[in-house]
Amino acid sequence: MVDSIVSAASVIAAAIAVGFAGIGPGIGQGNAAGQAVEGIARQPEAEGKIRGTLLLSLAFMESLTIYGLVVALSVLFANPFVG
Amino acid sequence: MHTFLLSKIEVGSHLYVNFSDTLHLHGETVIVSSIVVLAVSLFLILGTSNLQRVPGPLQNFVEVVYELVKSIAVTQMGPSYYAQFLPFVATIFLFVLGSNLAGALIPWKLFEIPSGELAAPTNDINTTACLAILTSLTYFSAGFKIKGIGYFKRYIKPAPFFLPINIVEDFTKPLSLNFRLFGNVVADELTVTVICSLVPLIIPLPIMMLGLFASSLQALIFATLAAAYIGEVIE
Repeated sequence: MVDSIVSAASVIAAAIAVGFAGIGPGIGQGNAAGQAVEGIARQPEAEGKIRGTLLLSLAFMESLTIYGLVVALSVLFANPFVG
Repeated sequence: MHTFLLSKIEVGSHLYVNFSDTLHLHGETVIVSSIVVLAVSLFLILGTSNLQRVPGPLQNFVEVVYELVKSIAVTQMGPSYYAQFLPFVATIFLFVLGSNLAGALIPWKLFEIPSGELAAPTNDINTTACLAILTSLTYFSAGFKIKGIGYFKRYIKPAPFFLPINIVEDFTKPLSLNFRLFGNVVADELTVTVICSLVPLIIPLPIMMLGLFASSLQALIFATLAAAYIGEVIE
């Protein structure tokens, strides 16, 4: 009985972890990509440099979502509270 | 129902090689990372053994890799210090790149092992934790070697009340390096596996290409961050 409650709570917790972890980085990546497009439109000759910096910073923002995913995975597959 | 899957959906199941009750190895990680180390060493030895003034294709490729790693090290650590940390950054970059690509490109499903399955070594959190801890140790020792005891001034900059934040940062740096690499590799594999289980043909291909791209980018990011952490200690 207790175990099934813990499992149900874990599944909900995993969903919430991934879901909320997606919000912030999504907004941030959107901002960054928009600014990069603006920069390329204003200065097309700087495209290569802007693209490199954009990809690197996008990957950093992506990693914030990935932290949420790691928490979700550890709750689903390596749950410390299930006996 | 038997479905054709490129890998099983499982996280945290390993081929355990037991030495005693408390000490055991993850067999598949050890096997694949040895293969990666051998392959990378072979590539570098073959590429640099017979240096020509007009380089052949292999030497050209090695030179491109060297230029890339050198540009990472120079931009993060400055032209006067980069040379002594270049081997470390290059090793990290090549190992992470090699293991990510090995996980993505080689069909490990063909090789049967008793439990777990062969996959990228970075798929195991112990590998990434080891790399992250090595990075931490390197920037500590770099700080001591270059700044001496004045290294500890870093902890009370910009003001003394930043001390706890700076100490916590020493622990969060390896933790975030670790989770970033592990999470990205596992996320790639899980996405591909889940989509393969829904639609086995054609549809997963773009996702696989994205995974290939993302895993190369993760190697670049890991090396850049390691170089940046060393650079900010010694500047």
